[in-house]
Order: sequence, then C-alpha cells, then structure tokens
Amino acid sequence: MDGLDLARWQFAITTVYHFFFVPVTISLVAITAGLQTAWYRTGKEKYLRLTKFYGKLFLINIAMGVVTGLVQEFQFGMNWSDYSRFVGDVFGAPLALEGLLAFFLESTFIGLWIFGWDRLPKLVHLGCIWMVVLGTQLSAYFILAANSWMQNPVGFRYNAARGRAELTDLWAVLTNKVVLVTFPHTIFAAFMVGGAFVAGVALWHLVRRPGTDGDVFRSALKIGASVVLVAGVGVAISGDLQGKVMTEVQPMKMAAAEALYETEKPASFSVFTVGTLDGSKEIFSIKLPYLLSFLATGRFDGEVQGINSLQEAYEQLYGPGSYKPNIPLTYWTFRLMIGVGMASAAVALWLLWTTRRGRAPARWLVWLAAPLPLLPLVANTFGWIFTETGRQPWLVFGLLPTASGVSPGTTSGEVITSLVGFTALYGVLAVVEMRLMLRAIWSGLPEADVGVGRPRTGGSDDDESGADDEPDPLSFAY
Amino acid sequence: MELTTVWFVAIATLWTGYFVLEGFDFGVGMLLRVLGRTEPERRAIVTTIGPVWDGNEVWLIVAGGATFAAFPEWYATLFSGFYLPLFAILVGLIVRGVALEYRGKRDEPEWRARMDAMIVVGSVLPALLWGVAFGNIVRGVPLDADHEYVGGFGTLLNPFALLGGLTFVAVFVTHGAIFLALRTTDDLRRRANRLASRASVVIAVLAAGFLVWAQHLRGDLASMILAGAAMVALSGGLVANELAREGWAFVGTTLAIGLAVVSLFVALFPDVMPSTLDPGSTLTIVDAASTPYTLKAMTIITAIVLPLVLLYQGWSYWVFRKRVTVAPVSVSAS
Ligand code: HDD
Ligand code: HEM
Ligand code: HEM
Repeated sequence: MDGLDLARWQFAITTVYHFFFVPVTISLVAITAGLQTAWYRTGKEKYLRLTKFYGKLFLINIAMGVVTGLVQEFQFGMNWSDYSRFVGDVFGAPLALEGLLAFFLESTFIGLWIFGWDRLPKLVHLGCIWMVVLGTQLSAYFILAANSWMQNPVGFRYNAARGRAELTDLWAVLTNKVVLVTFPHTIFAAFMVGGAFVAGVALWHLVRRPGTDGDVFRSALKIGASVVLVAGVGVAISGDLQGKVMTEVQPMKMAAAEALYETEKPASFSVFTVGTLDGSKEIFSIKLPYLLSFLATGRFDGEVQGINSLQEAYEQLYGPGSYKPNIPLTYWTFRLMIGVGMASAAVALWLLWTTRRGRAPARWLVWLAAPLPLLPLVANTFGWIFTETGRQPWLVFGLLPTASGVSPGTTSGEVITSLVGFTALYGVLAVVEMRLMLRAIWSGLPEADVGVGRPRTGGSDDDESGADDEPDPLSFAY
Repeated sequence: MELTTVWFVAIATLWTGYFVLEGFDFGVGMLLRVLGRTEPERRAIVTTIGPVWDGNEVWLIVAGGATFAAFPEWYATLFSGFYLPLFAILVGLIVRGVALEYRGKRDEPEWRARMDAMIVVGSVLPALLWGVAFGNIVRGVPLDADHEYVGGFGTLLNPFALLGGLTFVAVFVTHGAIFLALRTTDDLRRRANRLASRASVVIAVLAAGFLVWAQHLRGDLASMILAGAAMVALSGGLVANELAREGWAFVGTTLAIGLAVVSLFVALFPDVMPSTLDPGSTLTIVDAASTPYTLKAMTIITAIVLPLVLLYQGWSYWVFRKRVTVAPVSVSAS
C-alpha cells in the first residue's frame, strides 16, 4: 500500500468510527432533553428517572464522540496537507465556525448540565441541555456544509496562480443545495439510531425484568419506537430529495448506485443482483421497473444516464483517466443503507403493534433488543461509505482528484504508525465503552432523587461548612 | 490593521487562551496522584476540572479550525510537518478525555487506578509535546520552497525545543497546583500550596531559561518586554503563593502563561513558520493567508460570537466558583 491508500484507510477508519457515536449523541441528547422537559412540565417522577437513565447513557457515548472528533479536526492537516492548501480558503470557514458556534456551546453547557443538577434553578438547568441540543445541530450543519462543498463546490473561484479554490460567497456555501437535503437526511437518520437505542434498551428491560419499572420502560419503548417511525419517514422523504439533487450534481454517483452502465429511459431499480465481480455483467436480478427513474428525476419515465456515457463525457471535460467509482461498493452500500435502515423501522412498527394497549412483549423479542439500534447505525455507515466512495476519484468533485490531496511530505512509516495506533486505541476504547454502556443499562433506572453527576450518599453537600460569608463548597463527586 | 495581522492576533489569542485554560487542567491532571492520597481526595481533584476541561479543550479545536480557515498553508505545513508529535498529542488527549469522563462510572479501585494513570499520562504527554512543538515553531524548522517540512522526527528533538517541553510541563504543574489551592479546602489546599512553593525556584529558572533563549533566537524589543513581563508575573504569582494569597497567585501564573505565549507569537511575527534552510522558504502570514473575503467574513462572525462564548464560559466558571471539599465517605459510582 502506498501513502495515498494508507491515508485513505486512516481517514475512512477514523471517520466511520467517529460516526458511530455522532448519531447517538445527536438524537439521544434531544430525546433526553425531551424527557426532562416532560418532567418539568408534568412533574411525573417517571420522566425524571428516564431523563437520568438515558442521560447517563448519553454521557458515556458523547465522551467517545468528543475524543474521536479531535482526531478529525487535525487529520486534514496531517494526512491531507495539499488538500488543505487547496480548499482551506473555502472549507476552513465552516470548520472554524463549527468550533466557534457549536463546540464551545456543547462543551460548556454539558458541563453545566452534568454538574448543575442542584446548583441551578430547574428551568435554567433544563435550558442547559437544550443548549447542548442546539450545539449538536449547529455542529452537524456546519460540518455537513463543509462536506457538501466537496460533493458540489459552490461560491468559489479557482485561482490558477496560487492553485487553490477561493471563497467568493460564504452564504452560497452555507446554503449549498446539497447541504439543504443532506442535513435533514443525516439528522433523521441519527434519530432512527437514538430512537431505536431507547426502544432496544427498554425492550430488554421489559422482557428480562418484567417486574421492575415495567410501566416506565413501556413508555420508553413507545417513545423510542415512535421516534424511529417518524424519523424513518423523514429519512425516506429526504433521501428521495437527495437522490434527485445527487443526479443533478453527481450523475456518476447515481449511475454507480444502480450499476447502470448504459443510459436507460425509463430506468428500473434492482433490489438484488448477482453479477460478475466488477458489476459489469448481471447474472440474476430482481427489478422494480420505473423506480430508478423516479428516484433520480421525479418522473417515472425520466432518463438516467449510464456509466459509460458519463465516462466519455468526463474524459472530454477533464482529460483521459477513469472517472468511475468502485461500482460494486456503491451498488451494495446504497442498497444496504436503505434496506438495513428501513428494516429497523419495520421492527419498531412491529414492537408498537405487539405492545399495544398494555400487552407484554413476547419473550423471544428480546433477541431484537440489540439488533434494533445496530441496524440504523450500520445503515448510517453504509450511507457514508456510499456517499464518500461514490465521489471518487474526486476529493472535491470536478476540482481536485483524491491523489492530489495527500500530504507530499509525510512518510509511509508515519502514516502506518498513526493508522495502527489509532485503530488499536479505538479498538480498546470500543470494548471499554461497550462494557460501561452495558453495565449502565443493566443497573436500571436510578431513583428519582439521584443526581446524574452525584453520588448516592455522602459528600457534605449541605450548607454547613465554611464561614457564613464564604460560598458553600461544592463537594459532589465526579 | 491589515486583516492578515488581525488573524495572526486572533490565532495567537486562541493559543494563549488554550494554554492558560488547559494549562491548569493539565497541571491538575499531572498532580492527581501526587496530591490526591486517598480516593475521596482524588475525586475532589478531578471534580475541580470536571465541568470545564472539555470547554478548555475547545480552544484548541477552534485554534486549529481558525488556522485552517485563515492561514491554510500554516495549518498544512504545521500539522503534516509535526506529524508524529501531533499523533502522540492526540493519543494523549483521547486517553485523558475518556478517563476523565469514565473514572467515576465504576467503583472498583483497580478501575479508578487505571483511569488515574491514563489521566496522568494524558496530561504530561500533550503538555510536553506542545512545548516541543512551540519551541520548534519559534526556532524554525527545515522547510523547502513549497513550505513542506523536510526534516525528520529527530530534527524536532533539539535542545531548545526539549527545554520548551520541560518548561511547559513545569509551568503547568505550578499553574495546576495553584488552581487546586484555590479550588479545594483544608489539607488538600495546603498541600497544593506547598507543592507550588517547593517547586517555585526550579520553575522560575526553567521559564527564564526558555524565554531568554527564545529571545536570543528570534526576539525584538516588544517580545523582550513581554517576556520580561511574563517573568515578573510569574514571580509575583509565586510570591503570592508563599503568602497564601491564592487568588493573586492564580492571576500571576495566568498572566505569566498568557504573556509568555504572546511574546513567542510577537517574536515570530510576521513569519509563522521560519525555515532553517533558506530564508526564502520561510512561511509568512502573507504567503499563508486566505483571501481578504474569507478573512473579512470570519472577522465579522467572530466579532459577534466570541464575546458570547466568553460570556457563557465565564458564567460557567461563576456557577462552579465554590470550593470543592473532600467527601468524608467513599461513595458509589455516579
Ligand atoms: C438510518 C440511516 C439511513 C437510512 C434508513 C437511509 N439513509 Fe440515506 N444516508 C444516510 C443514512 C440513511 C447517511 C449516513 O446519513 C447519509 C450519508 C451522507 C448523508 O448525507 O447521509 C446517506 C446518504 C444518502 C444519499 C447520498 C447523498 C449524496 O451522496 O449526495 C442518498 C441519495 C440517500 N442517502 C438516499 C436514501 C434513500 C432514498 C433512503 C430510503 C428511503 C435512505 N437514503 C435511507
Ligand atoms: C462531513 C464531514 C466529512 C468530511 C469533510 C469528509 C471528508 C473526507 C475526506 C477528506 C476523505 C479522504 C479522501 C478520500 O479518500 O476520499 C474522505 C473519505 C472517506 N470518508 Fe468522508 N468526510 C466526512 C464525513 C464522513 C463520515 C461521517 C463518514 C462515515 C461514517 C465518512 C466516510 C468516509 C470514507 C469511508 C472515506 C474513504 C473513501 C475512499 O477513500 O474511497 N466521511 N472523506
Ligand atoms: C471529518 C469531519 C469531521 C470533523 C473535523 C469533526 C470534528 C469534531 C470534533 C473536533 C468534535 C469534538 C468536539 C468537542 O470536543 O466537543 C466532534 C464532535 C461532534 N461531531 Fe464531528 N467531526 C466530523 C464529522 C462529523 C459529522 C459528519 C457530523 C454530523 C453530521 C459530526 C457531528 C458531530 C457532533 C454532533 C459532535 C458532538 C457530539 C459528539 O461528540 O458525539 N461530526 N466533531
């Protein structure tokens, strides 16, 4: 493997890993905030207990999201220095704005939320978690704006003398038509994960410990499953819109998604195909007529361009070379994203149905508890692998080939060191995180008076120590 | 002022904010096992930085992001050139962040001991390597005509940079000890105070040595005055610590770190990455900068947002201003 491949592997591994935690964070913080709001408005103890239970799971998760995000921020400079030189003028701005607007907000208010349980007035404390929600949304928007610019560069001019792209319109970058559809799609997809997580955990408790807190977990199951369903509809609608935008700005990606070699009108969508390894010949296939035309153009008889004609057109435009992404990879990841993700929505629907009006879930359903959140999570991964590899061979579509972005000065030895180092570290941390998560799930709902960041007993938190005019010591444990 | 200068100042400010803030939480992390003799003490120590360490680290993220936006060439050269130290810094920060968040989540002493070790290593390593990195930026590194770093890993480990690393560690230890003295009570408070006091001569000598050497390598009148002021502030802080005036002592170390970092940036200006090979390949703010349009847009947004950030970060320090006491009994995991 050369430096380029190593850098790509490193980027893929670290980013995919980061995105295991991100969707959980985005959705779980919002669901937790919703639960806390329900407690604030109704005063019902069950909502407080659920807030603390899921809030704790959220905290275990976000710690990983934060530390893996740090790597992302620096990796562009480390492994992709020529890319950074090329795009910094445009791409740097949303990245810096993300830090300034989103990460400061998130990190500060999360500290206030964890440690503020009985320092802050109830409403202010509730406000803190909503500020974290706002932070995660802003963070997602800015980073997706940056990513969308790579899919569809807008608001810039090319400066040949300096060999770089230069920003001419920040607003155009922030309202790129790609980010306008990518943002809702990603957020809905994240909510499928969080909803499924809430429901899966509740399902496990309902079946395994039917006696303890049954009605509380029943509410949690309903809330979680409903979130999955609503988000599932959102994902399908926004995904459909995304398909149309993609056909417009990256027709090769759409052709690759269907492994459509020759232009068709109308074009059908294959659910499943057995073909030769490079996908150029099909042996067996199940097809839904007209569907691809609809997905790509919004009309059932729309024309969808094939790979071969696009390849020719690109050669005319950009010179000789291959402009095809890895076709089997894009074909299968696209299907798996939709199939696996939507399967979780089906499971959620089934759960809502079998637990309707106080029915207890069948015992065998416990086998669905773990797969339920994993399905939308891997669908997210497939979605990103599709999006990012479908853009190849471009790093910035039509402007900068991937091979030209890699750091010229770093040695393979350096990249191998960090690739192996991060992968090993991430592997260990995954085990640590999973164990903590399972323990926290296992230990069940906390009592209503236990603060999330506080010990159950002890700690002279009461106001007796110190002189009158001195503020009371803050003595809860970390 | 030219926009490129404005952004040079902004980047310097972000790094200064980062070292002042994360400086004390690095110090607290390094002292976790030195000052914390029992589990409740250690827990109190971690609690002093619990609510704020992540916010402090975001100063680094924004410094990185802002460098990317305002000086892409600088970001590219620095981060690809200092590849291995940066990788080690990231590993340190990852290990530390996870340990800070996870140490309270399980009750077994072995678990806590392991997390504590991760906090200590994750605090020492980045502090040391940031010192090495900044030493090298000031000293200059071999860059070719394309501003690509052409030295090896060994090039970065020169005596001046290593002194920088030691100085960073030492100063952060003092800054952290004084912070702990300010934020805890009783025995812990006294011990923190005493530690800062015992270390004071060594710290002052290291800091003076590093700053004088830096001025010798690349100084002008302004940077010299700033470095001098940093030493005055440091001495003032250490004296205040002797007098058990914790607030003033902390103001002293805060100003000392701030002024020292600023003096390094002033010494650097208008270069951002001096080349030791050929002065012509030195990277300056002008070579490195983004277009005036980008800088202007960023300036407007930052001018609106940064005051808000300072306001709510300040508020969070205010909310958690009370001293942390050591809980009398060991309690279950939160
Ligand atoms: C639970 C996860 C999930 C589910 C069920 C779906 N997606 Fe998706 N999809 C994602 C999670 C995702 C994602 C991981 O979030 C991606 C990667 C980048 C992005 O914007 O969202 C994505 C990307 C993505 C793209 C690529 C956009 C681009 O490269 O510009 C398209 C065209 C679709 N999706 C379309 C769909 C359709 C038509 C779906 C079903 C009806 C669908 N997705 C379900
Ligand atoms: C929005 C932020 C993102 C940005 C700015 C971004 C940018 C990049 C860059 C610079 C590369 C390296 C060059 C390359 O090999 O193509 C890349 C590749 C890749 N990214 Fe993304 N990415 C983002 C989000 C994601 C996410 C969230 C995932 C997955 C969960 C992901 C998955 C991948 C994969 C799998 C590759 C390797 C593709 C290949 O080399 O063929 N990306 N992306
Ligand atoms: C390659 C591009 C990416 C970079 C440079 C990046 C950078 C970062 C950084 C530095 C953090 C830690 C912030 C802190 O310390 O508080 C972080 C966390 C986060 N990132 Fe990413 N990120 C990338 C991809 C993404 C994508 C694609 C999304 C969502 C669509 C995303 C959403 C988030 C969110 C919501 C958080 C905060 C919550 C959490 O840590 O889980 N990131 N990211």
